[in-house]
Amino acid sequence: MTEDTIAGLAGAVRTGARTATEICQRALAQLDATEPSLHAFNTVAADRALARAAAIDRHPARWKQAPLAGVPIALKDNLCTRGLRTTASSRILDTFVPPYDATVVERLEAAGAVVVGKTNCDEFAMGSSNENSAYGPARNPWALDRTPGGSSGGSAAAGAAGIAPAARGSDTGGSIPQPAAICGVVGLKPTYGRVSRYGLIAFASSLDQIGPFTRTVRDAALVLSAIAGHDPMDATSEAEPVPPYADALTGDVRGARIGVPRGLVGAGVDREVAQAFDEALASLADRGARLVDVELPHAPYAIPVYYLVATAEASSNLARYDGVRYGMRTPPAAGAGPDLPAMYASTRAQGFGPEVKRRIMLGTYVLSAGYYDAYYLKAQQVRTLILRDYDRAFERVDAVAMPTTPTPAFRLGEHAADPLQMYLGDVFTVSANLAGLPALSVPCGFTAGGLPIGLQLIGRRHDESTLLRVADAYERGTAWWTHRPPIATR
Amino acid sequence: MSFEAVIGLEIHAHLRTASKIFCGCSASFGAPPNTQVCPVCLGLPGALPVLNRAAVDAAVQAALALSCSVHETSVFARKNYFYPDLPKGYQISQYERPLATGGVVELGAGAAARRIGITRVHLEEDAGKSLHAGFADSDRKTYVDYNRSGVPLIEIVTEPDLRSPADAAELFARLRAILVWLGVNDGNMEEGSLRCDANVSVRPAGAPALGTKTEVKNLNSFRFLQKALEHEIARQIELVSAGRRVVQETRLFDAASGRTISMRSKEEAHDYRYFPEPDLPPLVVDAARLERIREAMPELPDARRARLAERYALSEHDAAQLTQSRAAADYFEEAIAAGAPAKLAGHWMMGELARALKEAGDDIAASRVGARALAELLALLDAGTISGSMAKTVFATMYASGRPAGEIVAAEGLAQIDDERQIVALVAEALALHADAVAQYRGGKAGAFGFLVGQVMKAARGKANPARVNALLRKALEPGP
Ligand SMILES: [Zn+2]
Repeated sequence: MTEDTIAGLAGAVRTGARTATEICQRALAQLDATEPSLHAFNTVAADRALARAAAIDRHPARWKQAPLAGVPIALKDNLCTRGLRTTASSRILDTFVPPYDATVVERLEAAGAVVVGKTNCDEFAMGSSNENSAYGPARNPWALDRTPGGSSGGSAAAGAAGIAPAARGSDTGGSIPQPAAICGVVGLKPTYGRVSRYGLIAFASSLDQIGPFTRTVRDAALVLSAIAGHDPMDATSEAEPVPPYADALTGDVRGARIGVPRGLVGAGVDREVAQAFDEALASLADRGARLVDVELPHAPYAIPVYYLVATAEASSNLARYDGVRYGMRTPPAAGAGPDLPAMYASTRAQGFGPEVKRRIMLGTYVLSAGYYDAYYLKAQQVRTLILRDYDRAFERVDAVAMPTTPTPAFRLGEHAADPLQMYLGDVFTVSANLAGLPALSVPCGFTAGGLPIGLQLIGRRHDESTLLRVADAYERGTAWWTHRPPIATR
Repeated sequence: MSFEAVIGLEIHAHLRTASKIFCGCSASFGAPPNTQVCPVCLGLPGALPVLNRAAVDAAVQAALALSCSVHETSVFARKNYFYPDLPKGYQISQYERPLATGGVVELGAGAAARRIGITRVHLEEDAGKSLHAGFADSDRKTYVDYNRSGVPLIEIVTEPDLRSPADAAELFARLRAILVWLGVNDGNMEEGSLRCDANVSVRPAGAPALGTKTEVKNLNSFRFLQKALEHEIARQIELVSAGRRVVQETRLFDAASGRTISMRSKEEAHDYRYFPEPDLPPLVVDAARLERIREAMPELPDARRARLAERYALSEHDAAQLTQSRAAADYFEEAIAAGAPAKLAGHWMMGELARALKEAGDDIAASRVGARALAELLALLDAGTISGSMAKTVFATMYASGRPAGEIVAAEGLAQIDDERQIVALVAEALALHADAVAQYRGGKAGAFGFLVGQVMKAARGKANPARVNALLRKALEPGP
C-alpha cells in the first residue's frame, strides 16, 4: 500500500527501483484518464514534467538525499511558476505567464518533486466549492456531481484521484482542510508565517498560507519539511527553526490532551459527520489520548470576522489587475469614452467573476471612510478575542479537535443562490486562519452514501509536530486512508 | 481689511540608498526606462515587499535632524488608488503610526526667530513615472517607466506655522540643506528627488479660526513655491474680499502662467482606504539601533555653525557662509588642521576660492585646490614669504595647474623680498633717481610718498614686502639729524 505514497515513490527513485520518468508517465496517464470527468487541472505541463523527470533520471546520484525525488506534484493555480501559465482560475489572468517561481515551487523542485500541472480552484481562491473558477468547477472524485471543496478543490481532487501523491494548496479560510476532508485526503495548513507566501497570488495577505494535500500524514510531514522555513523574500515568514517533522510520528498519543469544543460542534452538524467525529475521538481515547472539554466562546463570530478582514485585504490585493501591465485588457465599452477609468471598468467588469466582484465591493466598503472603525477595526478586535480563546484552550490541551466540515460534500449548484449558506460551511475552518494556527484534516470515515468525512486538529503556533503525531497515530489505527474512489483505480 | 496667510508644507524627498525600499533593484536615476525593475516593484501577482534597512536608517537620520521623536514601533499602511504608474493599485506608506513626529525647525535668529513645527516624518515608496510626451504616438498613448517605482521616500509634513511665501521658500531651502547635509538626499529638484506641495489658507489678520485651505502641488523650486503661494494667497484674498468662498480643492501650479489652476475638488478627492499593510510586520527601531544611527550622524548644520563661530571667533555671517554645506565646513576645518590661520582661511574660501569654483562650475567637494593645498598657500602668505596680491596670482596658477603653492613660488621666483638690507638699497636707489619727488614730499606734498612707494615696488618687480617698504621709506625721508 505504500507504492503511491510520497515516502514510497521517493524511496523507490532514490534506490533506483523505479525511474522518475516511469512514475511521471503513470501520473500523466492517470491525469489524462480522469481529467475529462474531474476537471481538476487548468494547465497540464506534460512536456515540462517529463523533461524534468528525465533530468532526474540522468543524474541519479544528485537525488540520493532528495526527500521528494521523482514525486509528481500538482500545484494550485495561484502559485507562480516561471514560464508556466498561472491563472488563479480568473479570466483576468488567463494568459499570464510568470517570469518567476514561487519560493515553495523552488523548494519543492529542489527536493526532487516534478510538477505535472496547475490545479483548478475558486477564482483567486475565493470560494468553498470550486464553482467560482472561471473554467468551471473541478469535481469530487467520490461523487462527480458534488463539490471537491474549495478553494483548493482541484488539488484535493487530484490527490484523491491518485494523480499526484502530493498536491499543493493554499488556504485563506479553510481552503486546505475543507477540500481535504470532503475528498478523503490529508490536508495540512501550517502556522501563518511557517511557509513563505512569496509567489502565492494573494487573496487575503494576513490569512493566506500554503500547505500540502497528501494521502498520509507521514507524507504531509515530508512535504512540510521541504517547504517550511524562513524566506528572505517574505517579511512575514518566520525565522523559527524547522523541526524534523517525521521524527514526531511516534505512533504514540498517550497523554496527549485533545480539546473538544462541545459548545461549538453541537448544532448544525450533519448526523453522520457528528457520529464519525465521536468515533474518531473514542479511537484517540482508546490509544491513550485524554479528551478535555474546552470553550471557544468567540468562535461563532469567526465567519463574519473572516468575511470582513478577508474581503478588505482582497479589495486591495486585487487592485493591481487593472489591464495596464499584464493579463487581460479590455477596450472601453461602446460609448464609455476612451479614458483610463473606462478601460479599468471594462477590464475588471469582464475579467472578474461575480464572487470576486462581490468580495471586492464588500472589502472596499469595509475600508471606506466612515465605516473603517465599525467594520474593519471591529473585526480585527474580535479576531484578537478568537485568538485569545485558543490561547486559553492551549493552556489546558495540546490540540483542539472538531469536524473539519459540518456536512459532507454538497452537490454542485446546491448553494448557488445563497452565498451566505456556503460561507457558513466554513464555520470550523476559518478560525484557524484568523488565529494563524496550524490545522490538519485527516480522513475519519464515510457517510452511508460513500462520501468522505474529515477530522480536524488545530494546534499551537509552530506546533505542527503535535498535530502530525496525533493524526499519524490515529491514521495507524484506522484504514480510512486506504479507501480509494472508483475513479482512482480505474 | 488686512489678511494673514497660513501655510504648511509637505516635502517628499528620495532617500539616497543603493537599492529600492522593498526590493533589490537599483534606486539610481537616469537608467533607460524599465531596466531597473523586478516582480516586486512591478507589482506582479504573488510578489511581496521586504523592507530595506538602509532606507530606515536614512529616514531616522532625517527625523532626528528635524528634532522629531522617532517611535520605537511604526506601521506601514496601504494607500489605495488606481493609477497606471502605481503598479499594485496601492502605495505602501505610513499613516496612523508614522516613523517620527513632533519636530521643529527654526527660521531666523533672535527676536525675529520663527519656530516651524514638523508634524511628522514617514517612510513610503515612490510610484513610477507616466510619460505623456516625447514619443511619436504621444498624442494617443502614455508610456510608463517603473524605474522610479519603489524608490524610497520620506514625507515631511510641517505644521501650518508659516505666514508668508518667503518663509515657506526659506523653510523648503532649509529642509533641503539639512537633508543634503546628512547625505540622505541629493537635493536635485529637477530630477524629482525633492518635491514640495503646500497647504494654504487666508484669514483676517488676528482671527483665531482657520480659513478654507487649498493644496497646491508641483512646486519644485524655491522660486515656484514662493510664486505659487503669492498667487494663491492673492487669489484667495480676492475671493474672500468679494464675499465669495474659497473651495477646498487641490490646485496645480502652472509655471508658464505663474498661476494656480484647479485640479480636483474635495468631492472628487480620493478615499484612500488606508489600512495596515499585512505584508510587512511593524517597523521596530529599538533604542540601541536609534543610538547607533545617532552616533553615525554628522554634526548638524546649526550645531556646527555655532561651534565654528565660537572656536574660531568667526562672525555670525562668516560662520553661516562657511557652513552652507557640509563639504564647505569640512574644507574649512581641514584647512585649519593643515595649519591655515582660521580667519585667513575663511576669508579666502569666501573670496578667491568661491570665485574660482563658481567660474569653473565646480562643487567645493571637487575643488581643484584642496583644503591642504590652500593651507600651504596661506602659510606662505602668513609668513610673509609672498604678498597678498602675489598669493592671488599663485592661487590662480594653482587652480589652473593643480601644482602646489610652494613649487609655483620657487619656480617662478615669486618669493617676497623681506630682507631689510635689500629693501634699504632699493629705497636709496629710488630716492636718488627721484630727487624732485623727495623735494616735493619734504615741501609738504604728502601724495609724493605714494609715488615713491610705487617706484620702490616697481624696482622690486612687486615682490618687496609692502609694509616694510613703507616703514623704511618713511624712515629714509625723515629729516636728517
Ligand atoms: Zn524591483
